[in-house]
Amino acid sequence: MSSEAQHKDTVITRREFINVAAIGAAFLSLAAVFAGLFRFLKPKVAYEESTKFKIGAADNFPVGVVTKFDEKGVFVFSSEDGLYAISCVCTHLGCLVTLTEAGFDCPCHGSKFNKDGKVVGGPAPRALPWLQISRSVDGSLEVDTAKEVSAGTIFKIA
Amino acid sequence: MSESRNSGIGVLADNLKSIWCSFAGSFFRAGKPTSDMSRAAIMVNNFFLHIHSVKTHINSLRPGYTLGMGLISMFLCLITVGSGVALMVYYNPSLENAYNSVKDINFVVFAGRLIRNAHKWAGEGMIVFVFLHMARVFYTNSYKSGREFNWLVGVVLLGLTFMLNLSGYLLPWDQLSYWALVIVSNIMQSPKELTDSLGLTKYFDVGSFSKELFLAGLKPGKEALTRVYLLHVVFLPVILLVIIGVHFWRIRKDGGLTKPVNYAPKYDDIQYVIAPDKKGGIFTPNKTYGLMELAKGKTPAVNIDVEHSVLSWPNLLIAEAAVFMLCMAGVIAYSYYIDAPLKELANPMIPENPAKAPWYFLGLQELLSYSAFMGGVGLPTIALLGLALIPFLDREKDKVGIWFSGKQGKGVAIEALIVGTIVLVGLMAAVIAFGWFRTWWPDIPQIVITFINPGVIWVGFMILWALFVTGRTGSTRMGAIALFTMFLLSYLILTYIGTELRGPNWAFYWSKSQWPAH
Ligand code: HEM
Ligand code: FES
Repeated sequence: MSSEAQHKDTVITRREFINVAAIGAAFLSLAAVFAGLFRFLKPKVAYEESTKFKIGAADNFPVGVVTKFDEKGVFVFSSEDGLYAISCVCTHLGCLVTLTEAGFDCPCHGSKFNKDGKVVGGPAPRALPWLQISRSVDGSLEVDTAKEVSAGTIFKIA
Repeated sequence: MSESRNSGIGVLADNLKSIWCSFAGSFFRAGKPTSDMSRAAIMVNNFFLHIHSVKTHINSLRPGYTLGMGLISMFLCLITVGSGVALMVYYNPSLENAYNSVKDINFVVFAGRLIRNAHKWAGEGMIVFVFLHMARVFYTNSYKSGREFNWLVGVVLLGLTFMLNLSGYLLPWDQLSYWALVIVSNIMQSPKELTDSLGLTKYFDVGSFSKELFLAGLKPGKEALTRVYLLHVVFLPVILLVIIGVHFWRIRKDGGLTKPVNYAPKYDDIQYVIAPDKKGGIFTPNKTYGLMELAKGKTPAVNIDVEHSVLSWPNLLIAEAAVFMLCMAGVIAYSYYIDAPLKELANPMIPENPAKAPWYFLGLQELLSYSAFMGGVGLPTIALLGLALIPFLDREKDKVGIWFSGKQGKGVAIEALIVGTIVLVGLMAAVIAFGWFRTWWPDIPQIVITFINPGVIWVGFMILWALFVTGRTGSTRMGAIALFTMFLLSYLILTYIGTELRGPNWAFYWSKSQWPAH
């Protein structure tokens, strides 16, 4: 190969450079538009209620009673040792489970959970989450549906 | 002299006298379709007709070949567009008004219920007929020799048809809409099932990201309804119509519909066509051809095609008009007698039991009841990919345009039907009777169930069976027939199970009458 031909192979001509630069610029800006589109579509504000809600004073929960907070999707159980809250939102696809003698049943695709919320059948991938119970400044109790605690955590309410 | 003096007014008067002829003539530029020349000119000069070619192959006109399925899909699509625009006049996409506006349409608006029913049934009809059309294209071996791309376009149309139906029933904001929205958004979130098992969720939670993008929040609310509404009335329909346009354009560019290479019209075939007038007009036997387009590949078999084709006006147009009238009549009659369902107002506190999707998703719901990610994302993706790959895995060029590619294919299809029914029904019976891993070992890791569940096993079996058939017959086309037949079969069987055999808590019941009262 003559040195001139070799030169042609390795050197990018002005035209090639401008072509690549122009096409590259076009694709880059397109990518920027798409990235922007995702940010545009991702909401900055959510018109949703707070995940924390008050459930009243401890006296409302005599031992042995289960209280269901329909609007929040939470069961509050009262045992000898204290209170605990289990979410009734199925971990499969979000239907609301119902209380049965053996635990919980989901109407949508048949997941079954035992009394502790552990999956014993059906497609649910995880146990029903146990939720945090705390005492707010005014003395009433609060459940936070966004704060999961490990299963078996019972809150002693003095 | 006198002529030139009068000319202005005289000409005007003459023009006025002949206004009807010239006015009508500007619409019907080709004159009455009395000669082949004018029949050809109509097709070429009219914007709406020029998607057709001037002449149509007799084979494409045989009802027994296309079964009219593609056309029916198209006309049903037009009916949904028309009735949908009518519904938009009264429907109001807000949480407060959506349900009430649909009730108004049903009970107050003049002809509202008929329009709503027609919209619903034509939309669901599209699912049925698009499926049947796909099956016709598949079984007549029409997805090859240049049509690979159009097959892909078709797969996209199938997906869009499902998405349009889905987004449609989210709009009335009844119990079905609300809980379907919960479930659909959680299916979008279900890749989390996989990323959780692999420990990837904390780096990038694809699932939750797409759910949030779709719902514009964490729970279905007014923002979500706005997005679904936009998808249903603007985004998806526009894309669907444009892509249908591409689909039709490709049919023309691919040389019309497929036909057997050695096609010879039978007596029955020529019974219902009006043959071109060979004596005069442009289609004399000694026609000279002009250069219309440069096409790659084999040159069209000019002489043969002309032999077996007839003028599209009137042959094709009569057929199309007939199919359109049948569609209209069918949809209106069906809508007159059968009402589209509307449940109670959405209640975020109480899901229905059982919470069932419309029938065409119940097969999918059955798969969901094994694993959210596999049933909702994994297997549908595999199915769509599988459909898309068919023309690239089976490239045998012979026997195009022949139902089942002949006797052997018919045998393979029947065999796949029998084997598939036995295996799938057996598998389902076992699952219903004995449960699955979680019932036996409650502590089994989720990832095992995600990847080994009845749905995955069935898909695996279909693929193995197709490979076995390919090996045995030495033909990829036969393997494809086996696979596609089993795919259609499983859609049917799973849909039947989901619709008829599942009751409260998705438990098994032989019939609805055995459901416990509650
Ligand atoms: C909205 C959905 C659809 C509409 C409106 C539609 C419409 C049509 C029409 C009118 C034809 C002419 C022949 C006939 O009527 O059978 C056709 C042909 C064709 N369609 Fe579709 N179609 C749709 C979906 C699909 C799907 C899902 C597939 C496959 C995955 C597909 C693949 C094809 C192919 C390959 C042809 C050419 C067939 C041949 O050459 O014989 N289409 N389509
Ligand atoms: S949502 Fe509970 S089983 Fe599917």
